[in-house]
Amino acid sequence: MDALKKRRLSLMKRLVTLIFIIVILWASSLGTEVSISSLMDGLPGMGSLFLEMLPPDWSYFSYVTEPMLETIRMAVIGTTYGAIVAIPFALLSSRNVVKWPVIYFPFRFVMNLIRTIPELLLAALFVPVLGIGDNAGIMALSVFSFGVIAKLAYESIEAIDNGPLEAMTAVGANKIQWIFYGVVPQVIASFVSYTLYCFEINVRAAAILGYVGAGGIGLYLNNTLKLFQYQRVSTIIIYTLIVVVIIDMISNKCREKLI
Amino acid sequence: MIEFKDVLKIYPNGTKGLNNVNIKINKGEFVVIVGLSGAGKSTMLRSINRLHEITSGEIIIDGKSITKARGKALLRCRRDIGMIFQNFNLVKRSTVLRNVLSGRVGYHSTIRTLLGLFPKEDINIALNALKRVNLEEKAYSRADELSGGQQQRVSIARALAQEAKFILADEPVASLDPLTTKQVMDDLKRINKDLGITTIVNLHFVDLARQYATRIVGVRAGEIVFDGPVEEATDDVFSSIYGRPVKQDEMLGAKV
Amino acid sequence: MNETIRKKQTIRRIKIWTSVVIVALIYIWAFSGMPKMEFKPSAVQAIKAIFSGLIHPDWDYFYDPEGEDLLRTLLETLCIAILGTFISSILCVPFAFWAARNMNKYRFISSSGKFVLSVIRVFPELILALLFIAAVGTGPFAGILALGFHSIGMLGKLFGESIEDMDFSSSEALKSCGANKIQTLWFAIVPQVMPSFVSFTLYRFELSVRAATILGIVGAGGIGAPLIFALQGHKWDRVGMILIGIIVMVTIIDYISSTIRKRIV
Ligand SMILES: Nc1ncnc2c1ncn2[C@@H]1O[C@H](COP(=O)(O)OP(=O)(O)OP(=O)(O)O)[C@@H](O)[C@H]1O
Ligand SMILES: [Mg+2]
Repeated sequence: MDALKKRRLSLMKRLVTLIFIIVILWASSLGTEVSISSLMDGLPGMGSLFLEMLPPDWSYFSYVTEPMLETIRMAVIGTTYGAIVAIPFALLSSRNVVKWPVIYFPFRFVMNLIRTIPELLLAALFVPVLGIGDNAGIMALSVFSFGVIAKLAYESIEAIDNGPLEAMTAVGANKIQWIFYGVVPQVIASFVSYTLYCFEINVRAAAILGYVGAGGIGLYLNNTLKLFQYQRVSTIIIYTLIVVVIIDMISNKCREKLI
Repeated sequence: MIEFKDVLKIYPNGTKGLNNVNIKINKGEFVVIVGLSGAGKSTMLRSINRLHEITSGEIIIDGKSITKARGKALLRCRRDIGMIFQNFNLVKRSTVLRNVLSGRVGYHSTIRTLLGLFPKEDINIALNALKRVNLEEKAYSRADELSGGQQQRVSIARALAQEAKFILADEPVASLDPLTTKQVMDDLKRINKDLGITTIVNLHFVDLARQYATRIVGVRAGEIVFDGPVEEATDDVFSSIYGRPVKQDEMLGAKV
Repeated sequence: MNETIRKKQTIRRIKIWTSVVIVALIYIWAFSGMPKMEFKPSAVQAIKAIFSGLIHPDWDYFYDPEGEDLLRTLLETLCIAILGTFISSILCVPFAFWAARNMNKYRFISSSGKFVLSVIRVFPELILALLFIAAVGTGPFAGILALGFHSIGMLGKLFGESIEDMDFSSSEALKSCGANKIQTLWFAIVPQVMPSFVSFTLYRFELSVRAATILGIVGAGGIGAPLIFALQGHKWDRVGMILIGIIVMVTIIDYISSTIRKRIV
């Protein structure tokens, strides 16, 4: 009897969830002018756009190499700044390092707040402050990386083995020594790995930041699109893809080595 | 000398960890603390270097009260007390040498230790400590490449490098097999004899306790119920500490 | 010390120093080409303006019975993320099976699937949105399609990996009871991968909500367009209002989604 009831209840639950999801999807599509017919009508247009992109303008490659390097440079610097600021934040947000909630809660709060803002939006905010150019992009990436790295790092600090910490207390280490000999060696590898992972994300992000005026190759993307130079657009896209894939590969190799 | 004066420890949840403990441990002794699980052995050991804070009473180490020590003075006191844990508590990703050197951070300025700039003689102290436990050739291996028994001997080396006057060992052999158990206990005993380091060990095994101790302390429900030289610790005494006859699995011999 | 220790140590040292030199070179290159970070007086003003906008947001913009307001555009943003995630959660399934090693006889098939997924992943949403705008015109639908397509890359990869980790003993048990292919799929495989599938989808949804807030920059719907207009028009109180709206929405979504995810696992 009881089993039957339970089964019925779980079936009910599933049904309700399903209906809930369908209602949400239906309401969402009402609010956003979804129309399959317009997609069908538009597909040929998209196809002709693709054709216009071909062949890529090969000569343009050398022309955009400098902005490409600038993009990578922005990612390197932004990730580094973000990682450096993330270190104290991650430590101060960890319950096993700082024992008082009065300290770790505010730090976590700031961290979570910053993590809600996507990088392109940060860039859009930094452009009026620092002007059009690399600096806005670097700052946007720094703040964004800070959010990503600090979050991941604090989670891995909270997961470390408590034993070495206790051992360091027992040998009479002061708090700073305690951190450097108990915490740091346990998390340094994952910290570097997260930083590399963030760098991968940042290279991709940096490539489009220029779209809002924050430097890098995105600026060229925006310009060529505005001028309908689609063959150049495809050059930029292909170039970005190649660079991203290569950087991902190198970074992945490094991260594997770290573990 | 370590002296407990009316030590009381009550955990936040109300459990009495130590109840009115008074005991004096003299220089050079090899004391083994025995008792049932939950009797308060770890609590007693950890109160000595204040990994646990006691509720009332006082603990005096070589004439100085560690209970009243604050800040630097507390760190100084701890520097003189080496501790060995059941789970070794080494940083697994660091090299053996770095783990041993971490015992020396109390001797140097913060900056110096952060940069890893230990003086040459410290390296020698660390290597000598490793030699004492026969692990010199593992100095540059990562700690997690070592077996359990080897890791425990590294943590003994850490306590040695610390140039501690006391060694506290909380069930140092509980996660080791009988053969490595013997090596680790032999190391502890030899160090106790050669260097005169006062050693206090928590043990589960009755026969091990008899074999290595010079003095046995029995604990039950946070109170000391037996304290005397090893010769006096007869089977009847152990039965009274445990509140029942000694079981076979409390003898290491049974495990072999 | 004996010879082998010393050798080991030297090799370690060499490795460490080469990496240090390489990293140092990268940094020298990166920082030498960096433009000077100079604070114009206008910068301070802009910062002040942004903060005062955050403190005194334009509440009139919050709800406006007729015309564009924050509530409506935020809802639109949310809808874009929901539908985009929904599309990708369905489209990613065949890709996941294509990329899963244990679902294909030959290694090169699954490898090619993985490659396709990583190509999809590197296409930024913004560029996809531009392409879809060319097809369906500006508006949220282009944003939905862009998110839906981009998310396939990540979902397909994660989902494919969880198929690879699957335990096949129960499917063998079912097969031995004489179940056909669809029955095995439904009774053995689906229940096993469902929790991780739902959890990945929710996680992707959190990311998609963030992504949807910027699609408007290129005209693909959502809160991005009003934000850019407010920024360009220096209407800082409105910028503040929109930022607060985004932060609150993302925080709530993250909270709900991560609570559900925790309950599933
Ligand atoms: N952090 C704590 N909070 C509350 N009670 C504790 C805490 N640590 C220990 N206790 C309690 O204090 C008593 C003594 O514990 P202790 O760890 O000292 O026992 P032990 O003799 O070392 O036992 P074992 O042989 O299992 O290690 C036990 O009843 C235990 O439940
Ligand atoms: Mg114990």
